[in-house]
Amino acid sequence: MDFLQVILAMDMSIRLSVVLLLACLAGLYSERAGIVDIGLEGKMLIAAFVAAAVAYESGSAWVGVLAGCAASLSFSMIHAVASIVYRGDQIISGVAINFLASGLTVVIGHAVYSRGGQTPTLAGDARFTEITLPFADSLADVAVIGPIYSELISGHKPLVYIAFAFVPLTWWILQRTRFGLRLRAVGENPESVDTAGISVMKMRFQALIITGILCGIAGAYLSTAQAAGFGKEMTAGRGYIALAALIFSKWRPVHAMGACFLFGFLEAISNLYPNIDVFGLFTIPVQFTQALPFIMTVVILAGFIGKAIPPKAIGQPYVKER
Amino acid sequence: MEKMPRWADVVLVPLISIALAFIAAGLVVLAIGENPFDMVFFMVRGALGSSSGIGFTLYYTTNFIFTGLAFSVAMHARLFNIGGEGQATMGGLGAALVLLAVPWPHWALALPFAIMGAALLGAAWAAIPAYLQAKRGSHIVITTIMFNFIGAAFMIYLLNGILKKPGQQSAETVTFPKGAHLPTFHEMLAPLGIEFSKSTPANISFFVALIAAFLVWLLIWRTRLGYQIRSFGQSETASTYAGISAVKVTIISMLISGGLAGMLAINVVMGEAERLILNFTEGAGFMGIAVGLMGRNHPVGIVLAAFLFGTLNQGGFELLWEMPGISREMVLVIQALIIVFTGALVNFTRYPLERIFLAMQKRAN
Repeated sequence: MDFLQVILAMDMSIRLSVVLLLACLAGLYSERAGIVDIGLEGKMLIAAFVAAAVAYESGSAWVGVLAGCAASLSFSMIHAVASIVYRGDQIISGVAINFLASGLTVVIGHAVYSRGGQTPTLAGDARFTEITLPFADSLADVAVIGPIYSELISGHKPLVYIAFAFVPLTWWILQRTRFGLRLRAVGENPESVDTAGISVMKMRFQALIITGILCGIAGAYLSTAQAAGFGKEMTAGRGYIALAALIFSKWRPVHAMGACFLFGFLEAISNLYPNIDVFGLFTIPVQFTQALPFIMTVVILAGFIGKAIPPKAIGQPYVKER
Repeated sequence: MEKMPRWADVVLVPLISIALAFIAAGLVVLAIGENPFDMVFFMVRGALGSSSGIGFTLYYTTNFIFTGLAFSVAMHARLFNIGGEGQATMGGLGAALVLLAVPWPHWALALPFAIMGAALLGAAWAAIPAYLQAKRGSHIVITTIMFNFIGAAFMIYLLNGILKKPGQQSAETVTFPKGAHLPTFHEMLAPLGIEFSKSTPANISFFVALIAAFLVWLLIWRTRLGYQIRSFGQSETASTYAGISAVKVTIISMLISGGLAGMLAINVVMGEAERLILNFTEGAGFMGIAVGLMGRNHPVGIVLAAFLFGTLNQGGFELLWEMPGISREMVLVIQALIIVFTGALVNFTRYPLERIFLAMQKRAN
């Protein structure tokens, strides 16, 4: 493996980790506020579909992203009403959202486009194109730094930069703002927040609004940037990998970026080198590489290597004292 | 009495919830420009209008009984087993290994061993998450989700490797020995002079599922272990005070749950495909959650809910011919809406109903 191959593998890892990162940060807001969200997958799926359909009809990828966010947001609000207002089971609500999205995307897609759930292929402005950062072309020939800058850092789609910008932003919001402090408190000890005169319900709704928007961007990225159109079940378990990354990073934004990059890297490896031969002794099958994110998450959860402790009040509906 | 009557909670709430789910589904159908009443007519006719339709309906019902029971046994201990899909997949492996290992002379001999194989591997796949929950406090929902994916990857690996039928493209094992063939409804009813469609996969597993439902009822409501499971589910601290071991209840109820999920393979792998194929569960493991919820975790309710879901599933195939404008995934939408209204939003129905009953009681006093 030479230097350029490494750069290309890294480049692919970045592309593949963007969806995971956005979904993971989406889950972070929700879970830090005490709401379990296993419906990341469904929200991304509905957003991917709506974004592709609207981008196709309007001819603008950005309009598609907005529509995708709106779709994901409405699903997030179903989750919010069920789990915050009606104190329903958050896991059940998440499962329902995932089913609803896999059903609705195909039913509507089939009714509108009659292509077995697919949307027409996006072209031109309906799809995102790469941005070339300044000096990328002129620096390309410089040794080491050139390829890193022009291949790895430059030449991505705008949503990639937005996704990575959300990492420091999320850190800043959580750790340095009043809103972030309250959000974390709502997930750890809602009674104390309530005693301080802050509405637990309102805080949790706000968290799920952010979750909905971020999942919307993630889904839109899938169908308008990574691919050129929507395909049935195109999220393919990425919502669950994002959930795994969230646990793996112990609900912290900067670590989440690391975990998502790692899982994206594993996906890139399984795409580029399906079966890895280890010194001619044995082969690592591609299925193992694909299952590795899940295996690693179980190990972390088991607490043998650095225990992952979730927010304390997670999954419990808050009943206001009278 | 600050409560609504029991019958209202057990019968009225689910019925209203299902009605709401169907109304919502009807609105979706209207939105895509089709007639919801036509859809219901074609679905019911497709599922129950002919003996071949009924055969397929009962075949799907069998799957949903197994996975619904699996979900409910764990749920009685307040353990959310979302891993039915992975456990059923591994159950398929267990059944296949048993059936491939021996040239079975007769199905009556093969069936008990296949059940053991399927239940054993299904239970084994639930055992690790159960142990981690009981001993290490890792959340069972997350670990069982992870195990679904690990199980799926493992299955793809095996079916593309050592278990693959030689000289073939598709990932599947060789066909099981002839002696392992389970009697279908057609074969069972023919001696009685009843003509049942030959083309349906419904087989004797349906009765295995009904027996399993009875045994689960016996276990949960008539045995000491069942009592422990239920009291652990109601209050962990109270049952610990009463001397019930949290570790024991957690692990045993998950083992039973995983075993039941694994037994789905008897119907699908042994009864229908007669070989191990990829993705044979077709989401039935996940659907068990909805079946368990709708059946209020009671075997009678689960059998009824499984029948409803089986009807929907088979009816969905009929749509393909009769109403090409509606995709088969409409079934998934209906099922999802049933989960929304009977599960996540159950209090949306219960709160107002409770208020009405309390007001009525006040007036009566």
